[in-house]
Amino acid sequence: MSTNAQGTDTPVVESGVSRFLKSSIQQVFVFAALILIYVFFMFAAPNFAQPSIFLDIVQQSAYVGVMALGATFIIATGGIDLSVGTGMTLVAVMAGVFLSGDWLNLPLGGGLILILLVGALMGLLNGLNISVLGLPPFIATLAMMMVARGLALVISGKSTISIKNPGYVWLANGELIPGVKNAVLIFVVMAIIAGVMLNKTLLGRYAIAIGSNEEATRLSGVNVRFWKTMVYVTAGVFMALGAILYSARFGFVQPAEGVGFELNVIAAVVIGGTSLAGGRANIIGTVVGALIMETLKKGLQMMSIAQEWQLVVTGVVVLIAVFVDIVRRKRATAV
Amino acid sequence: MRLLRTAVAVPALLALGLTACSTSTPAGSETAAAPAESTTAAAPAESTSAAAPSESEAAPAGDLPKGNGETIYLVSKGFQHRFWQAVKEGAEKAGAEYNYKIEFVGPQAETQVTEQLDMLRTAIDSKPVAIGLAALDSGAAESMLQEIKAANIPLIAFDSGVDSDIPLTTVSTDNAAAAAEAAKHLAELVGNKGTVGLICHDETSTTGKQRCSGFQDWMKENAPDIKVLQPQVAGEVGLAANTAKSMIQANDDLVGIYGTNEAAATGAIQGANESGKEITVVGFDSGKTQLEAIRGGTQAGAVTQAPVLMGYETVVAAIKAINGQELEKVIDSGFQWYDKDNIDDPEIAGNLYE
Repeated sequence: MSTNAQGTDTPVVESGVSRFLKSSIQQVFVFAALILIYVFFMFAAPNFAQPSIFLDIVQQSAYVGVMALGATFIIATGGIDLSVGTGMTLVAVMAGVFLSGDWLNLPLGGGLILILLVGALMGLLNGLNISVLGLPPFIATLAMMMVARGLALVISGKSTISIKNPGYVWLANGELIPGVKNAVLIFVVMAIIAGVMLNKTLLGRYAIAIGSNEEATRLSGVNVRFWKTMVYVTAGVFMALGAILYSARFGFVQPAEGVGFELNVIAAVVIGGTSLAGGRANIIGTVVGALIMETLKKGLQMMSIAQEWQLVVTGVVVLIAVFVDIVRRKRATAV
Repeated sequence: MRLLRTAVAVPALLALGLTACSTSTPAGSETAAAPAESTTAAAPAESTSAAAPSESEAAPAGDLPKGNGETIYLVSKGFQHRFWQAVKEGAEKAGAEYNYKIEFVGPQAETQVTEQLDMLRTAIDSKPVAIGLAALDSGAAESMLQEIKAANIPLIAFDSGVDSDIPLTTVSTDNAAAAAEAAKHLAELVGNKGTVGLICHDETSTTGKQRCSGFQDWMKENAPDIKVLQPQVAGEVGLAANTAKSMIQANDDLVGIYGTNEAAATGAIQGANESGKEITVVGFDSGKTQLEAIRGGTQAGAVTQAPVLMGYETVVAAIKAINGQELEKVIDSGFQWYDKDNIDDPEIAGNLYE
């Protein structure tokens, strides 16, 4: 992708060149891991070495990937969002309410705006709970996770909602570029937007500054409460996009799903080299992190490896990724 | 001791209950006073016709005494899923016929073993006259089963077997036989050759295991020319779709996929659609997406259980146990194959849910 989307290291003042080098090493590392895994499966899994398989991987990782882009901002501030999995389901249920023929049956454009607003609203609530009420992000979003799950079940009446709107389904399954599903396109576009936002806008800059040293950021005159809230609102919008990608792929919503998806989102961000301690974020890393997770799944599935081993392998990869990143950073600070 | 006391107390209280009923709610007393034979005999017949072997023994004897609003506690595997709502419906029907109060609970998702154990704890603490349990994890409940036994509360297993001799009987779909039925139809549909994939929704419950192994066993014995892939576990649609797609892409000669529940089968269809290949998909149970796919022709068919009858039989078995009657070790609540030709037959439609 573009140089706009490069990662950002410690906010300590340093020359642009050294910063570029550092973030490049980080990106090279996750890329190398992805390529290594990919090449392995090209030999190990039958029929894996095809362009269509790569597109499948991007398509299948799109909804987790897009939500992980938003979560990168939250994690950059040193926060966490546990509500992104069930929140996604709640947004998807609302998408059903707005667009399904059995419910409100709104026109597509209006429906989409409302869907994004629901995501933004959930992010706003998380943000206010954290920055105004002062709740720890873990607790605030844990509570939101349960509320979202409950509401998704209540609103849907616990039953599947089908969204037959052809325009909606097209958003994920259509092919604006022949041979490439729109979900892939949306993922790429959103990654570029997120990269620009992280590196070139106040929102991204302040998110990293807050994660690095919240007090110092506040003392330097930044309205930390406002910007933190905005970070959660932004992540809420990305979550809503993830919900659209997920529900549009199938054309229906099952209100009980989404539990545990937040962990995939967090894992993608962490594999990508964004620090859970805050102050460091990397959009390309997040994209590659999401791709690594899905490549592992796809390859192991195509090798006919049982589900339980897929989980074990994914867990081990998360461990290795984070460990190598820590070692690399220690060395960097030691030198 | 407890049984004896109940046996003495029931007829006495029954008389009181009936008088109370007839003064307050005429409708209720009508049901209660109606001859037991006619109502109970009709119930299994209208619910299913597949349970032929079990029907005679399952049809409750007319002399089964009515209760007096005592509570029978059913701890199911789920609550929100329509399947469990149908079980609940059947249980409440039997409860109304024999005048027992039915308490029906279940965890939010079929993976929440500990939440179910907490519910079982609440059930024991409320001292019901009988408990029905559809165990999510047969092993995990063992110590509580001992407690139930020590408290002399009759325990009826339903849906899933429990690996223990404490339950007096198990009311369940013969999942292995039902899965074999799915295998038989899939083999026929693909012309008895090629490779078939298997997507299982769960591998910790007895039900989940039997739905997988029943299919594999039948194929091994009866279809030597069909190669069955290593089963993959996927409990939700997204994962099932990705899994199915991977199977199709990795195996050029894949002709069919069997999904062991609604999510698995629906995911398999999505995966086949996205891969652009013609794959014969058979499923298990029903649900909106599966019904639509079968009507629309993208899914070949599915095996359905008889959830209403299952709930009904569980409560009847509990009442028999309360009254000290002998129970068969296993009570089959039946299954049926359905496809777009017979999906609207009344005897099948009653067991299908959206």
